[in-house]
Amino acid sequence: MMRLTTALLAATMLGGAAQAKTIAVAPGPDAQERIQTALLDAKPGDTVQLAAGRYELSDGLSLDVDDVTVKGAGPDATVLSFKGQKGAGEGLLVTSDRVTVRDLGVEDTRGDGVKSKASDQISFINLRVEWTGGPNEKNGAYGVYPVSSTNVLIDKVVVKGASDAGIYVGQSKNIVVKNSRAEFNVAGIEIENSMNADVFDNVATHNAGGILVFDLPNLPQMGGHSTRLFRNKVVQNDTANFAPKGNIVAQVPTGTGVMIMANRNVHVFENEIAENQTAAVMLVSYVQKFDDKTYNPLPRDIVVRDNKLGRNGWDPKFDGGAVLAKMMGGTLPPVMWDGVTSFPGTSDPVRVVISNGPILNLNLPAPGALLAAKPKVEPTLGDAKIAEPSPVVLPKRQADLGA
Amino acid sequence: MKRLVAALAAVMCLGAAPTPAPVALDALLAEAPAPKLSDYRLFRDAGGRAPNGLTPYGLNTPLFTDYAEKHRFLYLPPGAKAAYRADGVLDFPVGATLVKTFAYPADLRRPDQKVRYLETRLLIHKREGWAALTYVWNEDQTEAVLKRAGARIDVSFVDAHGQARRIDYAVPNQNQCKECHQLDKTLSPIGPKARNLNGTYAYAGGAENQLAHWSRLGLLAGAPKPDKALRTARWDDPAEPLEARARAYLDVNCAHCHNPRGVASNSGLFLNLEETRAAALGVGKGPVAAGRGSGGLKVGIEPGHPEQSILAYRMASDEPGVMMPELGRTITHEEGLALVRAYIAGMKPQ
Repeated sequence: MMRLTTALLAATMLGGAAQAKTIAVAPGPDAQERIQTALLDAKPGDTVQLAAGRYELSDGLSLDVDDVTVKGAGPDATVLSFKGQKGAGEGLLVTSDRVTVRDLGVEDTRGDGVKSKASDQISFINLRVEWTGGPNEKNGAYGVYPVSSTNVLIDKVVVKGASDAGIYVGQSKNIVVKNSRAEFNVAGIEIENSMNADVFDNVATHNAGGILVFDLPNLPQMGGHSTRLFRNKVVQNDTANFAPKGNIVAQVPTGTGVMIMANRNVHVFENEIAENQTAAVMLVSYVQKFDDKTYNPLPRDIVVRDNKLGRNGWDPKFDGGAVLAKMMGGTLPPVMWDGVTSFPGTSDPVRVVISNGPILNLNLPAPGALLAAKPKVEPTLGDAKIAEPSPVVLPKRQADLGA
Repeated sequence: MKRLVAALAAVMCLGAAPTPAPVALDALLAEAPAPKLSDYRLFRDAGGRAPNGLTPYGLNTPLFTDYAEKHRFLYLPPGAKAAYRADGVLDFPVGATLVKTFAYPADLRRPDQKVRYLETRLLIHKREGWAALTYVWNEDQTEAVLKRAGARIDVSFVDAHGQARRIDYAVPNQNQCKECHQLDKTLSPIGPKARNLNGTYAYAGGAENQLAHWSRLGLLAGAPKPDKALRTARWDDPAEPLEARARAYLDVNCAHCHNPRGVASNSGLFLNLEETRAAALGVGKGPVAAGRGSGGLKVGIEPGHPEQSILAYRMASDEPGVMMPELGRTITHEEGLALVRAYIAGMKPQ
């Protein structure tokens, strides 16, 4: 009997999947209510198809149904404009699992662009998220913003104008960011308080900072580790930092290629990093005061190898940078490490292996202790064997979306 | 004229059926929501003014919603009781329904006159869990219909200071209801915690403590005497300690998201009454994903300095992307803001 019930149940579920339908929405009056209703009516397996055209939205949209695809006719063809947004913290919020948002453009949200919170298997594919007025501190913080999510795929996404990070993955696990382009943001791509991320084949250009890997204190998920940054083009990050003060990215010096703050086991290899006026790669400690005994503010187990480093560091935009550059003969070495090797209460060994120099080691005795710096330039640094994290593997169905 | 006809019709109906039919429990428990509020028979009249045997209640400290008046009622199926819980909301039985009507008097100084109903929200405890629905009233105030995708309503009123106000009131969409009403992704009521109900209500038959009243009527089991139970402070009672009032205000207005199991868990800012860690409460804590919401300020709370505290900055704003809470208001709650500013100002500078 039990088996029969199970069989019936399975049949019913299969039946349900077979009946997966497409809910079509076209531009026009009441777009807000019509799209939102479609997002509420969708059943698992359904696709909400947004026809080409411009949708003028007055409030945030949200999706809370599992297994739904929200699909437009292309990032320039289907445009969700939030210029007249009156409420909500983002343009589109996804809080369910196995959701794909693809082939559409999102413009001028008042807060963040597209966000997922606590989603499993969330995919953002072929999207354009843009603040059309260009860099401005009044723009929303994040363009594409999965947080507290697992199995995150970001593929062929373009983000422009975010006042924090264009592509921001926070407190998440198992992450792939690829084939995407971030420009004119404060930070191009940022992986924060996250575990196991592969960031590759992206372009980060004309941001203040290209690609950041951070770990911050006082958050539910800390101890970020195991990120690989490879085959990215991190060039000409030259937009003056326009982040509102107080935000951690406001501390990113204009013209930074790759910046790693705190975090563990980050491998930076085979990237092209050039024309960044402050530095190609910076490894720094978290320097602000914090009250969190479980937090380690130092970058450790960091590998920088086999990158193609062009001209970098000719006009560093951090405090004391100009003087330092003068001391170095006008240009800083492309890779810079604050050199902090211990912090009270932490036991992780600090290992840094850089074969891709020269390196400016500031040899600071403690995070931010710039006045006690003993700067030293070295051709390479460290010889520890630090195993590279294994490639991130997404569930097959999700991985196929980005194939 | 239309209204007169409606009123006459209502009187005739009442005349014809002096004992109203009971609340439609089957409609409340049905899988699909009813299209009209009247389908549930929660009210005896078409205008939703006369509750059908519901128990009115109030909260010591309520959520601010653009100065809307709120009329709250509890419905319990015949013979069913809620069970007392010291922490969190009461344990309500299946069928329990929380009814909340949002209304604006034309002039807040005369709350009983020319009252316009905007929406009536229901939280229904169905067999499979809680469901959140809202019904929006028509202009004639004769019918409220289900609205799932949210709406904006143009509302004018005169505020408590005699100032004319005009707002673009936001009816939440069904997902937005859930954004606030959830713990670990499961929908849950927010308001009726024993501690926030532990206060006096002016019933038709006289004032009485709500926990005592519910216990006496057999609606609530297991409650201790009110003076032995926790009590959330009244945010607007100057006789209560400032910190207790401010923490109550933050608990009710912020902590439905800003708690370790809520939508804003990723912020690490936890404003629920149970939180005791200074950094989690925002003291000296840098913003995480605030963006321009930081207002160029460095920490959530700078003790002694509300003007340097992101918490007060975001409460003062009415701009999407900056203002907090993100949902539930379109204008600033000046009195709540003043309270939180005073609380921060009273903290010892570090």
